[in-house]
Amino acid sequence: MDDFLAARLQMAFSLGFHIVFSCIGMVMPFFMCTAHYLWLKRKKAVYLDVTRAWSKGVAIFFATGAVSGTVLSFELGLLWPKFMEHAGPIFGMPFSLEGTAFFIEAIALGFYLYGWNRFHPWFHWFTGVIVGISGLLSGILVVAANAWMNSPSGFDLINGQYLNIDPMKAMFNEAWFSQALHMCVAAFVSTGFAVAGVHALMILKGQNVNFHRKAFQIAAIFGTVAACLQPISGDISAKDVAQRQPAKLAAMEAHFQTEKGAGLIIGGIPDTAAKTVKYAIKIPKALSFMATGDFNAEVKGLDQIPQKDQPPVAVVHYAFQIMVGLGMAMLGLAVIYFIALFKKKNWAESKWMLKLFVIATPMGFLALEAGWTVTEVGRQPWIIYGVMRTADAVTPMPGIAYSFYLFTAVYISLAIIVSLLLFRQITMVDKLYDSSTDKKIQ
Amino acid sequence: MVYVVIIFLWTAILLYILLGGADFGAGIIELFTSRANRPRMRKKMYEAIGPIWEANHMWLIIVIVILFVGFPKIYTTVSIYLHIPLVCMLLGIIARGTAFVFRNYDAVKDHMQKIYTPIFVISSVVTPFFLGVIAASAVSGQIDLHAQDFVSAYVFSWLSWFSASVGIFTVTICAYLATVFIIGEAENEQDRQLFTRKARRTIFIVMAAGGLVFLAAHSEGIPLLRWIFSDVPGIIALILATISLVITFVLLLRNKPIILRLLAGFQVTMILFAATYSHFPDIILLKGGDNLSLLTHQGQVKTMETLGYALLIGSIFIIPALVYLIYSFQQKRGSKEAH
Repeated sequence: MDDFLAARLQMAFSLGFHIVFSCIGMVMPFFMCTAHYLWLKRKKAVYLDVTRAWSKGVAIFFATGAVSGTVLSFELGLLWPKFMEHAGPIFGMPFSLEGTAFFIEAIALGFYLYGWNRFHPWFHWFTGVIVGISGLLSGILVVAANAWMNSPSGFDLINGQYLNIDPMKAMFNEAWFSQALHMCVAAFVSTGFAVAGVHALMILKGQNVNFHRKAFQIAAIFGTVAACLQPISGDISAKDVAQRQPAKLAAMEAHFQTEKGAGLIIGGIPDTAAKTVKYAIKIPKALSFMATGDFNAEVKGLDQIPQKDQPPVAVVHYAFQIMVGLGMAMLGLAVIYFIALFKKKNWAESKWMLKLFVIATPMGFLALEAGWTVTEVGRQPWIIYGVMRTADAVTPMPGIAYSFYLFTAVYISLAIIVSLLLFRQITMVDKLYDSSTDKKIQ
Repeated sequence: MVYVVIIFLWTAILLYILLGGADFGAGIIELFTSRANRPRMRKKMYEAIGPIWEANHMWLIIVIVILFVGFPKIYTTVSIYLHIPLVCMLLGIIARGTAFVFRNYDAVKDHMQKIYTPIFVISSVVTPFFLGVIAASAVSGQIDLHAQDFVSAYVFSWLSWFSASVGIFTVTICAYLATVFIIGEAENEQDRQLFTRKARRTIFIVMAAGGLVFLAAHSEGIPLLRWIFSDVPGIIALILATISLVITFVLLLRNKPIILRLLAGFQVTMILFAATYSHFPDIILLKGGDNLSLLTHQGQVKTMETLGYALLIGSIFIIPALVYLIYSFQQKRGSKEAH
């Protein structure tokens, strides 16, 4: 394995791992605070049980997300020093602010986890809310930094020198809003469906049904509402990408020829040599409409982009199809769930509904990883879009393959241990948390 | 504004050594505690560091962010040439951060604890050791920008007796901070005597490790003595540290936990001050006599300004919250004991 590929794979693995843990760490506090709020308002012991059980999950995910984030802040330099030397001073602003947000989150989590019965109940609850808000803020800020790589701004490149740096302008680059919105909603969708799915499984198994039902409802509502909002944010993202990164859009859609009134390609196998897509469903003029809002507008194809500036079409196309497909599946489930909530009460209690949620457990995270692949692989061969190539940014140190093997082993073992820990948390609900009643506590 | 940023950088490093160090020390002294006393020690440590645990390694992130935003050349030089010890430190950070949470939040306390605990304890030693190695390598002139082969560029940039001795010294300092800190957590006389004995022993070990640093520097031709004793502030810092160490030793016999903590913190601050003052504004000394300086290698004016403001604004939120966190848990613990 050559060093460049190893560095890319290590970065991909680190981010792919971090993204799951940080999303859960960012969204779970909101579930936890909702349960906590219901406990404070309704005084039903089961809500307290759910809150306490989830707070353990938050602690585990926060810690794992935090260490993997620390690793990433070093890896940026360890793997891409040439990139950081120029980009650091430009896109560092969101990182500096993210440091603050993350710090506050860590402090608030200290208050929350260790503050039971030590503070006023509403102050204690409030610290939990702060954990959620600052977590969300740090997520937005990190994505804003990534957005700069897709939409570099806030500097002038003059004779190879990065001059007239304006960190605020770099932070509020053109891509920051659409990317941050899409990512935050995705975090709610994926965490909501994953958590709801796990609790649905436990209800089906007939264990601590009351506890798991309450937990399921909270997570499912967060997840399904977010799933309904995601297409809107997806549309904003598509229009934005079409405008700024036509090469990425063309790869997403395997859109080889520039044309007016371009059709939307669904599925299929792209053949880069023949510049066609086999076995695809094509909706006439839909791509033009999605990208610009006009059915007859011209959409730039890969033919207008020099070969050396094209991203790997197949990977980006498949990833995009997976993301959209899974998103649609979750949207469908969300609609059924809302019908159940408002019209057909007996659906909500039924086994098939719970089974659908169990099936949907991994969907959000698969969609998340696929979406992230679209963003990152779709930007290639650039590390700073149109400015610096990824190949020019890699560290001169040889032997990165070993580092890649090492970190992969670490991440895999961490994933196994965390899964084991969660499994044990869930199986211990009986002994640790469930007071199994709806009784009120004065 | 560059001075504001440098003050934040220095303070963040100091706080990482003090708070993060006490926290590493908790794992280190667990290693050197008899099996019989270990559960008690572990429980005390967990109660003491639990609430601020998550905040502790944020100092390191702040250091990294300040370096890559404000001083990118310094960040990338360290990243390239000290890749290997940085990876070792990172592995320590991952192992430690997760093992701590795993062992305290696992729903079942069973044989898995036998896996988490050694990981926690070993990584508590490994992480500060490599932190020390990295700091020493930065100032000992081992980094060679013109090196042609792998070994001299990426191995001998950090592998030396001097770096190793500073690594050991850092580990002992962490242990010292933790032993002094935990005295104030003792709830009964028996615990207090146990912790005090430990603290006194650790002081001798720190002094021995400090001596080792001077020996290693001497054998490798690093003018450590000249660095420290050529400036008046350096000498004063070292004298103050020594005096306060003597006071600490005397006070260990009396029950003055808060003063002891302040003194220990003061000593470490003075050591860091003496170690950095003589080089300032240089931060990396390269082979062949070239240096990377915080002043000449800073970012552009606008970058430094926004970074400075971001840090100032951040500290307005962070410092009161952190102080209140530490205060309220000390307070509540005090009132719990009084009852």
